[in-house]
Amino acid sequence: MDAVAGMTPRRVGGSGIGWNRKNLLGLEGLSAEELTLILDRAAEFKAASTSGPQRFDHLAGCIVANLFFEPSTRTRTSFSLAAKRLGADTVDFSPSGSSLSKGETFLDTALTIQALGASQMVVRHPASGGPHQLARRLNAGVLNAGDGTHEHPTQGLLDIFTIRENRGSIEGLTVALVGDILHSRVARSNIWGLKALGARVIVCGPATLIPPHIEKLGVEVSTNFDAILGEIDCVNLLRVQFERQRGAFFPSIAEYAHLFGMNADRIRRSRKDILVLAPGPINRGVELTPEVADGPHSVILDQVTNGLMVRMAALSLLHEAATKHS
Amino acid sequence: MSATVTQVIRGGRVVDPAIGTDAVIDVVVRDGRIAALTNEPIDADEVIDATGLVVAPGLVDPHVSFREPGDESDETTESGSAAALAGGYTSVACLPDTEPAVDDRAAAEFIALQAERAKNCRVYPLGAVTKGIAGKELAEIGQLVDGGAVAFTDGKHPIQSAEIMRRALMYARMFDRPILAHPQDSTLVAGGVMHEGFISTVLGLRGMPAAAEYISVARDIALAELTESRLHIMCVSTASSVEAVRQAKARGVKVTADLTPHHLCLTDTVLRSYDSRFKVNPPLRSEENLDALIAGLCDGTIDAISADHQPYAEEKKSGDLLSDPFGVSGIETAFCMSARVLVGGGHLTWPKLIRLLSTNPAGVLGIEAGTLQVGRPADLVIFNAETAAPILARNFRSKGKSSPFEAMEGLGRVEVVIVGGEIRYRWPETDSTA
Repeated sequence: MDAVAGMTPRRVGGSGIGWNRKNLLGLEGLSAEELTLILDRAAEFKAASTSGPQRFDHLAGCIVANLFFEPSTRTRTSFSLAAKRLGADTVDFSPSGSSLSKGETFLDTALTIQALGASQMVVRHPASGGPHQLARRLNAGVLNAGDGTHEHPTQGLLDIFTIRENRGSIEGLTVALVGDILHSRVARSNIWGLKALGARVIVCGPATLIPPHIEKLGVEVSTNFDAILGEIDCVNLLRVQFERQRGAFFPSIAEYAHLFGMNADRIRRSRKDILVLAPGPINRGVELTPEVADGPHSVILDQVTNGLMVRMAALSLLHEAATKHS
Repeated sequence: MSATVTQVIRGGRVVDPAIGTDAVIDVVVRDGRIAALTNEPIDADEVIDATGLVVAPGLVDPHVSFREPGDESDETTESGSAAALAGGYTSVACLPDTEPAVDDRAAAEFIALQAERAKNCRVYPLGAVTKGIAGKELAEIGQLVDGGAVAFTDGKHPIQSAEIMRRALMYARMFDRPILAHPQDSTLVAGGVMHEGFISTVLGLRGMPAAAEYISVARDIALAELTESRLHIMCVSTASSVEAVRQAKARGVKVTADLTPHHLCLTDTVLRSYDSRFKVNPPLRSEENLDALIAGLCDGTIDAISADHQPYAEEKKSGDLLSDPFGVSGIETAFCMSARVLVGGGHLTWPKLIRLLSTNPAGVLGIEAGTLQVGRPADLVIFNAETAAPILARNFRSKGKSSPFEAMEGLGRVEVVIVGGEIRYRWPETDSTA
């Protein structure tokens, strides 16, 4: 934060009218208006930051705790930076070397950190629903930073933000989520958000990695990437989550890359302006080849930058809602 | 007992499906056994007024977990049997999947001894099918029978080897004892925490497909048919399983089955709360399955209701959905919640419900219970069929306080429970909510 030291704090956004949630546990159930509110706030932060890192005062005097019960580098760093940019003090928690290893429950850990004054908890948990359980018991606001294979709302928002930034709107676009849908919390958040904003969503991957009844979410299902290539405006290449898989869902990485990997040949057969996203960390050569990852269609690094803006937007809106209700 | 003691339970509606009684009549108990059902005046040492109440055979649960030995912080024979009494039960059979497992005669005798010390309801040991419930070698089934085991099961550890299951069925047949099966293909449910379907997809939770149960039910039925042995399927939860049992019975296979009240009352949508009070095995299923379960009870395909009492100390059920164990504390709510959904819902009459909760499970276990027939032990439950039974888990006698029915209201309040002629429970005795 040395880069911003000494800067005068600024403020963007209005009063957050229309945003009444103390917690952000997922994109399920968020209206188009709510989603737009976050995206607009993120855009304001981005516009205000064009000349480099800026300091804002939305969370001045507040404590934001990052409770990461599962390893993370990029999301935790992004949230930590976002909170600091907003003027908050941050507390970082990770299970290794903590009282969790002494048998304390994650709820007790969260209650302890709340007692230290944290007003917002950014929670990542290996179990789907972990943040929801905390939200029921905590007074502090809870922001889901990824729970098991359920949702990762700020990742969904940053993906959508990046698409909107490049295309102006989500309405009417066809977006394909390709890869390991079954184990992807990013997929679920993307689906809820994109559908609410009027996109056509296709999920595509090996049949073994498509969860049952997903079409009831209003998405189309494909197991043939080549067949949908010509129809899609954006493709989000989800990471194959080898660490979550309990067995062989497909015969080999080579076969996966052959059928579902984005490579130069598939780019050639896609729409000229296809946008390539990937939530990362990417497996180069599996979900996409290096030439695609670093090529002109890729917005992967923009996603990382936008993630910071989206998280600032979410933290500031949650704080405003909590202040409004207190 | 030196002198003959005569008790009369007076003025109640006596419901006993085993002998076809449903009438206002007095029950005469002499020295702990049913002496008569009569309206003749009787000189009694003790009169229990049951006016306005239902008098029925004490309830019987074919499989409960009392966690002793090994996990006494979750439950003991004493606390579990006290809970059973409060739920209206006079007999329960204990699953053997304890630590160590009840896989030899001494272990079975230990359960019986602990029950005798507790002096609550009758507790029968179930013996393990395989040594250490490891699914590899048959346990000493004959010696377990001598130790008091009434049936055999590996509890919540499904026997994956069809060959071991076949041998177990054949071997247990020598003693005319059933094998109680928890039907589940372990490979299909690995890592699963709820029913596999649309809700599990939305919640991002690993599912347990209905097919995992059906495959195992179908296999075990085929083996029971092959060996002409008695098979009892525990906790049926899917429409396809009900249909498999229905067809097997029609073919004359010696198969019986039970299901739980929570599978009758709740669907997988409750998992949206991510609350592990709803984490059970088999998992809560979808609406269509629930409808099939009720139909199966109504047409006699499903023989019994079991609470599937799986208590855990509070700290074990207060983590996250992935790491918390499967199971709920069910023995104190099984009767009133079954009554609410089945009698209150117009599906069954009280006599039919009593059959499912008492007569039939006693038949599965082959124990002297489930009827008020003259000469049988005076094991009775007296309940108020008109009164709501509010459920507050903190008041459970069970050490397990995790109930999927928390704050709900059952139907039918248990007033008095009599075991062998002795009043062992009377509402509101120690109930602080009364």
